[in-house]
Amino acid sequence: MSNLLALTIIWPLLAAIITAFFNNKKKTVRVMSQVFTLINLALVSVVLFMISTNGTIILETGSYEAPFGIVLVGDMLAITLVLTTNIVAAACVFYAPKSLTEQQESFFFYSFFFMLISGVSGAFLTGDLFNLFVFFEVLLMASYGLIVLGNGKAQLRESLKYVLINLFSSMLFVTTIAFLYSVVGSVNMAQVSQRVQEVEQQGILTTIAMLFFFVFATKAAVFPLYYWLPRPYIVPNPVVSALFGALLTKVGIYSILRVFTLIFVGETDLTHTIFIYLAAFTMIFGVIGALSTNNIKLIVAYNIIPAVGFMMMGIGIFSETALSGTIYYLINDMVIKAALFLLVGIIAYVAGTSDLRKMNGLIHHYPVLGWFFFIATLVLAGIPPFSGFVGKLLLIQGGLAQEEIMVVIASLVSSLLILFSMIRIFIRGFWGEKQDAPPHPERSGAARRMTWPIAVLLSITVLLGVGAEWFYPSVEEMGEYLMNPQIYIDSVIKE
Amino acid sequence: MEIIMAVLAGTLFTTGVYNLLQKQLLRIVIGTALISHGAHLFILTMGELKRGAPPILTDGIDQYTDPLPQALILTSIVISFGVTSLLLVLAYRASKINGTDNMEQLRGNDYE
Repeated sequence: MSNLLALTIIWPLLAAIITAFFNNKKKTVRVMSQVFTLINLALVSVVLFMISTNGTIILETGSYEAPFGIVLVGDMLAITLVLTTNIVAAACVFYAPKSLTEQQESFFFYSFFFMLISGVSGAFLTGDLFNLFVFFEVLLMASYGLIVLGNGKAQLRESLKYVLINLFSSMLFVTTIAFLYSVVGSVNMAQVSQRVQEVEQQGILTTIAMLFFFVFATKAAVFPLYYWLPRPYIVPNPVVSALFGALLTKVGIYSILRVFTLIFVGETDLTHTIFIYLAAFTMIFGVIGALSTNNIKLIVAYNIIPAVGFMMMGIGIFSETALSGTIYYLINDMVIKAALFLLVGIIAYVAGTSDLRKMNGLIHHYPVLGWFFFIATLVLAGIPPFSGFVGKLLLIQGGLAQEEIMVVIASLVSSLLILFSMIRIFIRGFWGEKQDAPPHPERSGAARRMTWPIAVLLSITVLLGVGAEWFYPSVEEMGEYLMNPQIYIDSVIKE
Repeated sequence: MEIIMAVLAGTLFTTGVYNLLQKQLLRIVIGTALISHGAHLFILTMGELKRGAPPILTDGIDQYTDPLPQALILTSIVISFGVTSLLLVLAYRASKINGTDNMEQLRGNDYE
C-alpha cells in the first residue's frame, strides 16, 4: 500500500506529459487539467486518511532497505502540506483559463503547472537530502518555464535574476550536501540525524548547518536574502504569481523546519537564536517594503516576506507550541497567499492598472470582489475568527513562554502594519465616488467567473479559523512529533 | 590528491563568483557554469579519491570505492546542464528584447 505515496508525485508528472500531447486543443486540455487536479486531490486525501489512521508510511523504492535506498517519508506534516498544495493547485487551475492569454496557454502552461506540483509534493515527501535537491530542481525548472510565459520585456528582465539567484543557491546546496556527506557519510535524513549526534567535532556541523540555512533562506526569502523576491513574483500572469507565492517560499520554510528540527539540534543556543533575530528583521523589513509602494501586486508580493518571518519565529523559539504555530501558519499562509495573488490579479484586470493611485470606487461595480479582498486582508493580518489568528496566537504564546519578548513585539507591530498596507488597497481602490461605468465593462463577466475559485480558498481559511478546535489537536501532535526526532528516525530505520 | 582537487574546486568557485559579479550577461552565465563544475569536483573529492578498488561491498572486502558520490554527481551534472542551456536561451532572449546585455541597464520599475 505504501506505493500510493509515490503516486502523489507520479500522477502530476503523468498529467504533465499527457496534457503536453493535447496542447493544441484548448478546451480539451483545460477540462483534462481540471479533472487531473481533482483526481490528484482525491488521491492525496485518501493517502492522508491512510496515514492518519495507520501512522507514517515509508516507501523504500526498489525495496532497498533504508538507509541504502531512496526513501519517501509520508508523515502527517508532509502529507498535510501536499494536500494544501493540491487545494491551491485546484483553485489555480480553475482560475487559469480566464486569466491566461491565448499565447500563454498555448506554450504548455498546464504541463509546467503539473511539473511544479509534482516537484513541490516530492520536496515535501522525500526523506533524503539529495533527493530534496533533485525535487527542488524539478520545481525550479517548472517555475523557470512558468515565469517566462508571455515573453514581456520586464518579465524576461526579472526572470533572469530569478533564475540566477536560484541557480547559485542550488549549487551551494549541492556543495553543502557534499560537506555533510564527507562528515557523516550519508544523505538519508534519518541516518544523518542519527550520526550527527556521534560526531566529535560539533563545530563543523554548525558550519554545515549555517550553509544549509543560507541555501534554504535564499529560497524562503528570509532577511537579508529576500531582496530578489518581490519583483520576479509580480511580472508573470497572476495565476503563476499565486502558485509561486503560495508554494515556492513555503518549500524553503518546510526544509528549514525539517532540517533544523531533525538534524541540526545540537547547537540550538547559536542557530535558533540567530533565527529569532532574523525572523524579527524579516517581519519588519518585509512590511516596510509593502508600505513603500503603490503597485498593488508589489504590495502583496512584499507581504510574503513578513509571513516567512512569522514561520521563522516559531522555528527559532523551538518549543512545541511555537512549532505547532509555525505549522498552522504555514498551512494558512499557503492558502491565503494564493487567494490574495488571485484577487489582486482580478483587481488589476478589471481596473486596467496595478497602480493604486489610478483606482477608485471599484466596490460599486464589484461588491463581491471587494468584500472577498477585505476578508483576505483580515486573514492575513490575523484577525479572529480567521485562520491567521490561530497561527499567530500559538506563535506568540510560544514566544512569551520562552521569554522572547522582542520578537513577540516585532510580530505584533508588523501584523498591524500588514493590516495597514493591505487596507490601503481596500480604501484607495474600492472606496470612493461611484463612477458611471466600470473602467472595463467588457471584463466583468470573466472577472466574476475568476472570483469563485477564490471563494473556496477563503472558506478554507474560515474553516481553519472557526474550526480550530478540530484541527488543533492534530497540529499539536505534529509539533510534538517535530520536537522528538527519534520518532522519525525509528520509523525510517528499522533495526 | 584530495588537496589538489580541493584547491582546483576552490579556484573554480573563485573564478565563478568573480564572473558572476560582472555586468555582462554572458560572463554571468559562464560564472554559473564554473561554479557548478566546482561543486561537482567537490562532491567527488568529499567521497575520498581511490583507484583500483571496485564499488562492491560484501563480507570480507575492506577495500572498496564509494559509488554514491558518482551517482550524485551524475544527477547534478544533468541538472546543471539543463539549467545552463535554459539560462543561455533566456539570456539571449532577454538581451534581445531589452536591447542590452548590461546588468546595470537591466533594471527598472515598469512591470507591464
